[in-house]
Amino acid sequence: MNVADFDTPELHEYPLIPKLKEGVMAHSKPYVAKPQFQEALGFPGELVDNWEEKALEKLDDLRGRYRSLQVYLDSCVKCGACTDKCHYYLGTSDPKNMPVARQDLLRQVYRRYRTFAGKYFPKLVGAKDLTRDVLDDWYSYFHQCSQCRRCSVYCPYGIDTAEISMAAREIMDSIGVGQKYCNEIIGKAGTIGNNLGLPEPALADTLEGLEEEVEEDTGVPVKFPLDQKGAEILLVTPSADFFAEPHVDGLIGYAKVFHEAGVSWTMSSYASEAANFGMFIGSYENMRDLSMRVRKAALDLGVKRIVFGECGHAWRVAYSFLNTLAGPFDFLDPNYPVPQHICEFTYDLIQKNKLKFDKSENDHMTLTFHDSCNVARASRMGDKPGGQFDIPRAIIRAVCNNYVDMPADYIKEATFCCGGGGGLLTDDLMELRVKGAQPRMEAYKRVVDDNGVTNVAAICAICKSQFTKVLPYYGFGMTDIVSVHQLVSEALILSDAPSDEEDEATETESEA
Amino acid sequence: MSALSVTYAILFYAATLLLVVGLVRKIALYARTPAPLKIPTTPAPVSRSGVVMRMVHEVVLFTSLFKATKWTWLFGWLFHLGLLLVLLRHLRYFQADTWFWVDLIQPFGKYASFAMIIGLLGLFARRIFVDRVRYISSPSDYLMLLLLIAIGVSGMMMTFVAHTDIVMVKAFFLGLLRFTIEPLPGDAFLLVHLTLVALLMIIFPISKLLHAPGVFFSPSRNQVDNPREKRHLAPWAAELEK
Ligand code: SF4
Ligand code: SF4
Repeated sequence: MNVADFDTPELHEYPLIPKLKEGVMAHSKPYVAKPQFQEALGFPGELVDNWEEKALEKLDDLRGRYRSLQVYLDSCVKCGACTDKCHYYLGTSDPKNMPVARQDLLRQVYRRYRTFAGKYFPKLVGAKDLTRDVLDDWYSYFHQCSQCRRCSVYCPYGIDTAEISMAAREIMDSIGVGQKYCNEIIGKAGTIGNNLGLPEPALADTLEGLEEEVEEDTGVPVKFPLDQKGAEILLVTPSADFFAEPHVDGLIGYAKVFHEAGVSWTMSSYASEAANFGMFIGSYENMRDLSMRVRKAALDLGVKRIVFGECGHAWRVAYSFLNTLAGPFDFLDPNYPVPQHICEFTYDLIQKNKLKFDKSENDHMTLTFHDSCNVARASRMGDKPGGQFDIPRAIIRAVCNNYVDMPADYIKEATFCCGGGGGLLTDDLMELRVKGAQPRMEAYKRVVDDNGVTNVAAICAICKSQFTKVLPYYGFGMTDIVSVHQLVSEALILSDAPSDEEDEATETESEA
Repeated sequence: MSALSVTYAILFYAATLLLVVGLVRKIALYARTPAPLKIPTTPAPVSRSGVVMRMVHEVVLFTSLFKATKWTWLFGWLFHLGLLLVLLRHLRYFQADTWFWVDLIQPFGKYASFAMIIGLLGLFARRIFVDRVRYISSPSDYLMLLLLIAIGVSGMMMTFVAHTDIVMVKAFFLGLLRFTIEPLPGDAFLLVHLTLVALLMIIFPISKLLHAPGVFFSPSRNQVDNPREKRHLAPWAAELEK
């Protein structure tokens, strides 16, 4: 745990761009990965001897493999348009958290060694030698980017700092300085099947418990099937859904929706994780390995469709990369997109009038919706651009009476990251997470104060965990955060529920 | 043939060569480098024609910059629009018989130079007065603006104050196109103007001016949002499947 004291930033009525405070976040670093976890992923265990040379080699390799990196290293004009767009800069005031300054940590080295101007006139173009100090800055500040892509929306060339951060992290991994949190998790997901390292018996146990709980609650035997061969749908969901609050309430929601839809479905103990941390460290190979597990699970279980549970980063990898990494999925039913998001699935049923809701079940809440960064700016739902904004909102409106959006410059493609994405959701980065949440908290406060909002719904597992942790720092309740499918679950009327009055009476009593 | 004409002829041949070779090499590099994963910044168009519209908006109206900061957008747009008109106006020095529209825009091009300079001064002021922009600026960022300002001002001097013999200038450049060297007037403003233009051409492919071709190759802007419908396997990624 990071014990250093820090002040929670203030929330203002209107957004303020802070004055630069150089170096205030230089101390913020995640724990370094131990050698065995590094080696398990194919990286050197610790800093290699000729690391400067190796780092440059890796940079060249990545420049040759990714057009984005090459173009983004060359194209920035230092216009400054992105400087006030990063939640980490807004929350910390550290100038190296301005997207362009973050990119420059890598760009200055690229310039120095790989461009004419930087080789012969380094001072003139801000080129720098690759020294230990530069490496330290890389480790600090490339782990202060949640790869949320907000900066890319505003850059006139679409320069995406997330791409640069991923490249920088991959370079660091390749010379032996990996980040503990991400690399340990990738290791677990690659061997056990999920980020938490829950083995099959533990999963089965949890799901059985949920079945009992839901039956007790509703009187309906809603199933939570695991490893069921021949099921129509494979559900892949973030492992946080198996037990963390409010995630698990979302999982209950998916199960109820599947139940109501009358489709057969299953989860897999082999691919029991939707989140793919390979993306956070920029590693195509690791991301591919994890994606292949989903493919294998789908083949082994003989399913026809793949549906992903609520999550933001998971959905980015699933929507944007899964087909490329682990496809082609021509063994699945071509009538459905591969993969589908649970929100698309539920929305479809709502459109077809197949689900009945009692909206008043959610009347004790006034809701707003937090667009998760990776869903908003790196994925889609449905077949129209912007479906990722409309579909979750349409679901929320279908299941509750009180809904208010946060101000327009805080939502949809302009949404602020929760502050914990991109592999930063670890206790050793708590200060960064709290400070980075400031812009999101500020917008939330606006609707709490002005519109009486009581809760915020989200569809990303990281957002949900992060909100649970940081809401209290800003004077809100940790349970203000809810899953979208938790709302669905509350309002959904199960058609085979016992409906005699006696039953309802006991239910209300036990709730009271 | 004076030494002056020869020097400037050589200078312009060299500058053009460096500009073209430098740009072609960079563009070839961008075009050759695979983009293994779909990373358009969403909401992104789901068709090719949608992408073309998106790029046109970006290049003509600077849409993203407009969303980001109105001041930078205003100055940046003024400068680029002014520059475009001025450049088109200069076409007359390279055509024996000018196209009618080149004649037509002459007066606009003349005053566009003011827009260009105002834009540049605005951008320069932002670099000095906005602490965030000052922080990210290197000497070259200031120098680039100063270079453009100097080119603009020296050009305007010839248009509005001390006219040079433009018939001779035109003959000189038409001559260069035919690989003959015609005499060049020896006016100070003209020589400063031409020297700086040649310098700009030379540093173009090794500087941040690469944003001009770069914007067309930016995956976050030029990709179609269709990863579920299509696989996008880069050659090096396909190797992993073996
Ligand atoms: S991707 Fe997000 S976190 Fe990273 S620099 Fe850009 S705005 Fe900041
Ligand atoms: S907005 Fe783009 S071009 Fe402008 S400084 Fe930021 S990264 Fe560079």
